[in-house]
Amino acid sequence: MKLEDLRRIREKAEKEMKLREGKARIKIVVGMGTSGIAAGAREVLKVFLEEVEKRDLKDVIVTQTGEKGLASHEPVVEIHEEGKPVIVYGNVTPELVRRIVAEHIVNGNPVSDYVIEVRE
Amino acid sequence: MPKRLDVLICSGAACISNNSQLIRKKLEEVITKEGLQEEVAIIETGCMGPCELGPVMLVYPDGSFYIRLKEDDVEEIVKEHFLKGRPVRRLLWETPEARKIAEEKKQIPFFEKQFKIALANCGKIDPENIEEYIATGGYEALGKVLTEMKPEEVIDEIIKSGLRGRGGAGFPTGLKWKFTREVQSDEKYVICNADEGDPGAFMDRAILEGDPHSVLEGMAIAAYAIGAKQGYIYVRAEYPLAVKRLEVAIKQARKYGLLGKNIFETGFDFDVELRMGAGAFVCGEETALIASIEGKRGQPRPKPPYPAQSGLWGKPTLINNVETLANVRHIILNGASWFSSIGTEKSKGTKVFALSGKVVNTGLVEVPMGITLRELVFDIGGGVPNGKRFKAVQIGGPSGGCVPEEYLDTPVDYESLKELGTIMGSGGLIVLDEDDCMVNIAKFFLEFTMEESCGQCVPCRVGLKQMYDILDKITKGEGRVEDIELLEKLGKEIQTTSLCGLGQSAPNPVLSTIRYFREEYMEHIKEEKCRAGVCQFKKKEKLETVIEKIKDII
Repeated sequence: MKLEDLRRIREKAEKEMKLREGKARIKIVVGMGTSGIAAGAREVLKVFLEEVEKRDLKDVIVTQTGEKGLASHEPVVEIHEEGKPVIVYGNVTPELVRRIVAEHIVNGNPVSDYVIEVRE
Repeated sequence: MPKRLDVLICSGAACISNNSQLIRKKLEEVITKEGLQEEVAIIETGCMGPCELGPVMLVYPDGSFYIRLKEDDVEEIVKEHFLKGRPVRRLLWETPEARKIAEEKKQIPFFEKQFKIALANCGKIDPENIEEYIATGGYEALGKVLTEMKPEEVIDEIIKSGLRGRGGAGFPTGLKWKFTREVQSDEKYVICNADEGDPGAFMDRAILEGDPHSVLEGMAIAAYAIGAKQGYIYVRAEYPLAVKRLEVAIKQARKYGLLGKNIFETGFDFDVELRMGAGAFVCGEETALIASIEGKRGQPRPKPPYPAQSGLWGKPTLINNVETLANVRHIILNGASWFSSIGTEKSKGTKVFALSGKVVNTGLVEVPMGITLRELVFDIGGGVPNGKRFKAVQIGGPSGGCVPEEYLDTPVDYESLKELGTIMGSGGLIVLDEDDCMVNIAKFFLEFTMEESCGQCVPCRVGLKQMYDILDKITKGEGRVEDIELLEKLGKEIQTTSLCGLGQSAPNPVLSTIRYFREEYMEHIKEEKCRAGVCQFKKKEKLETVIEKIKDII
């Protein structure tokens, strides 16, 4: 093994451990209350995980939270980004997830048609 | 695929004996049943510290800290927390004072005042997965010294850092390295002393179980610095989990080329083997340890020559303690000035303590040198439980002494503790309350050292037995006032004339309790009173009754 090999292993392993560092730039929080799950939040969450993996987004973590009360807009997803207001999406579908990741997470432009709340 | 939850379940020896393995199994079952196996990672870690509260489990990214887990709780946690994102609050850590549920690990006072260097990875990584260690910067320090530094520069850095031996005596580590380097020899050895024998001490066990690679890396760096190719870890056979994790770690390090030939393609060779100790306390003494590795009877020999000149198989040998070695990589990566900015003028860095006895939070803590005993016992430890009064804190195990309440504001460093008649020791810290009898505590530790004495030199073999017999009499109400002076005289003689550290320090528990709790000794002797209610005195019969009995017989 050379020093470069060590650094390569480190980079790969760091990615797998990023949840424990709490240093992610963006946190995607999927509402996973009963109504959220009934409306398809599980699928939404899985697609987020797949997209993050596919695009190799190192500083993004996907996590879940409980009911927020917006039952009619489930599944609800919040995007927390350092130093920016929280963007809340409603009625999220797997298709929308792909757009959120591509347009919002990667390029920084929220998919405004589906934003239901902007929280400071 | 990245996971969305990392579930760290403590697999230190204390949590395992509290059935953490059953919890792990049940977790896997329920997670699979709920179809979450692709999203949740279960990681077994080393000791997280608060052993009292085990089995414990830490869930990231939210940092929920679950305590006293039972198999029956698992289903609810998986369904509510892992699936729906609602932590099961009734199972989260609750501080006794605030009675308020702490949602995040960092809000728990037990963790707040701690500063982790040696334990940085314990409870955070999977100790059986070398890649997790590498992710925390593991083996970077070894890479750095091999590719960028001369051995002398490595030694200089360790000297400048101010690191001192964590096994107890506090000898400057860098100097030890320097002395071993300076001796010319075709072969040299590095030994890691993992023969942790003090009753109540489990710091080294936690490091070996929770972060074995940090010790291997420290050894490899030391080996490069002194010019050794072979290392040995002398570990107690009573630590089966530590032995297993070390075996796994050594195997993985060899597989990754981080032990063995031509490490990092720099031409540096180094390998490590384990040697198991059979549980003799004296084998923690370095010359006895060397004899034991050589297959001889584990007995100390007079020094000099020091192991640096003539150690294992007569070759120059460096012996460092587990915790000392675990600090090395951090010093190399962060620099000597970073390390020496932590702690006091003469005691740098941090120290790991095993908190036990009459204290709310028992377990493993790492604190910066210079923290006061009061902070350790009352802030981190949470004070004495059940409304009892604090009496003393016993530091340094059988080689240490007791510190009473009036000295609780003493900073924890090698020199201050020595002035109080105790030692830093390896880090055992036992809190005593009003129900503990100081004479009995002294007797307990003396009984231990008396039995562990190798019997080679007279002061230790005979003297400790005599001291023990006197203490035994006092606890039975048969002591004499002049016994106290006799104990002090004997103790001082044993300290100055014993061959090795065992005898030299064995009288400490007795001398320090006489120093601070003389009145308790006097009460035992003069009034046949034990204020803690521990010692049982024989009832003496009145002369008249004895005469009556004799008459009956006649």
